[in-house]
Amino acid sequence: MKRSLMLSIFSVGIGVYCLLPYLWFALTSWKSPLELMAIPPKLIPSFHWDFYRAALEERGLLRYIANSIIVAGAATCISMIISAPAAYALARFQLAWTKGYLLLLLAVSMFPQIAIAGPVWSLLNQLGWLNTYRGVVVAYIALSLPLAIWILTTFFREVPREIEEAALIDGCSRLQILYKIVLPISAPGIFTAGLLVFIYAWNEFFFALIILTNPDVQTLPVGIALFPGEYTMPWGDIAAASTLATLPLILLTLLFQRGIIRGLAAGAVKG
Amino acid sequence: MRSSHRLAILFLLPSFIFVGLFALYPIFESFRLSFYRSILTLPWLGQKSVGWENYVDLLTDPVAAQSLRITLIFAAVSIPLELVIGLGMALVMNEVFRGRGLMRAIVLIPWAIPTVVSSQMWRFIFNDRYGLFNFILFGADASRYLAPLADPTLAPMAIIVAEVWKTAPFVALILLAGLQSIPDDLYEAASIDGATPWEKFRHITLPLIRPAVLLALLFRTIDALRVFDLVFVMTQGGPADATNVLSFYGYKKTFAEGMVGYGSAIAVGIFLISLTLSITYLRLFQASRLEGSRQ
Repeated sequence: MKRSLMLSIFSVGIGVYCLLPYLWFALTSWKSPLELMAIPPKLIPSFHWDFYRAALEERGLLRYIANSIIVAGAATCISMIISAPAAYALARFQLAWTKGYLLLLLAVSMFPQIAIAGPVWSLLNQLGWLNTYRGVVVAYIALSLPLAIWILTTFFREVPREIEEAALIDGCSRLQILYKIVLPISAPGIFTAGLLVFIYAWNEFFFALIILTNPDVQTLPVGIALFPGEYTMPWGDIAAASTLATLPLILLTLLFQRGIIRGLAAGAVKG
Repeated sequence: MRSSHRLAILFLLPSFIFVGLFALYPIFESFRLSFYRSILTLPWLGQKSVGWENYVDLLTDPVAAQSLRITLIFAAVSIPLELVIGLGMALVMNEVFRGRGLMRAIVLIPWAIPTVVSSQMWRFIFNDRYGLFNFILFGADASRYLAPLADPTLAPMAIIVAEVWKTAPFVALILLAGLQSIPDDLYEAASIDGATPWEKFRHITLPLIRPAVLLALLFRTIDALRVFDLVFVMTQGGPADATNVLSFYGYKKTFAEGMVGYGSAIAVGIFLISLTLSITYLRLFQASRLEGSRQ
């Protein structure tokens, strides 16, 4: 009895810690401009939609959302297409440098962004890809490959070899085995890896900031970070935009919580 | 066997190209550029070789020294807090009770929120007039309200709070995976021997989650040393360089002032610091794993 009471108290504590700050910020977005300025702050708003209207109509939030969907979607798809065969090769072919390459990828994922930012910018500048979707997408593909390849390698290693050997004897090529057997069996793993890459690309700020200086192509994080406000910060608009930017992530997290935790564990702990 | 080797390389080739062009080439280029002087947006002016000059400047630059100091303080204060809070969360989540799935989903929320959003959120919480922070501390007494982000001592604490809030749940998930790998019969055996909960925690849990702790330490240290988003949104490095962490300083030098050579020297500095720490952790990690497998 005492134990379950303690557990309940701690659980509530964790819930408050994780939710309260964000909940307060989200509730801000439904305040009226007057309620926003109230001192002391009004905790429960009267659910106005003024700030959403302002964010969508005056600040072009829809364009940022569309840019984010395009960039994160394209980066996720291409990253998965590239990482699936790579991870299959690393999981199945016993090569001398397999382990070395996986360690290299791990090291790459730990590079401080600033340590590669200048040359990446110059490279994209020479290609004429600054301020384009493809400029930021290729950077995201490169930077998400380590995560995707690590997770997929872990999942592919769990596919029983016997099935593949049987298919090889039946005359399937390695490519056919990958697309007809391994990928369907590891669909949950691919989905998890794709989800983590999508979350990474949706949230990424640093490279988006340096590559995308034209508001027409900027993604949500850049838009939210650079919301202009010279004298007074437009807190209501920022809160509304933030809530819209976070909503898909919260839904994905609640729906696929198991997969995400398993993917993080595959990417982190088993390494 | 040769053909399977060729096939493997074919499968891996696209990843080689991307990683090579957008990670390996840039890191070598940053090293090279740190020995030159050139201007980012005016590449046609050329690159002038200056030897170790950028590094000599870096070592005598008071802003760089402050930047290094605040980056190390940021890491040294936030990481232990994340470990303690994360371990507490992991221990609760490891218990069997109703609503555990919901609890895990809730813990993932701070991790999933974009850093830019959580930074704006904390910036507003620490707002000097409408923020929750002042309301909780001083209630309606607006005359006592503080402006933490404009105060050189409070601003670093504010970004540490924002960092810990967002990343302690990630630490919790890594530690939870570590806790779940501990076999139940160890605890049962200890119970039969009459061990108290504290003794079980001290002599079973702590030693056996050592690899998970080191792994969390590794990831968190790397991330803390390259912190950027939080500072960009919450303080822009201010007030008076109080939160001017290395990544932000390097960003300002390279992209705001266009000083590629000096910015690259800062970048190389951050890279070498994280590399040294990573190798140290990995050594400790492998040692603790070997120890674990011997037990």
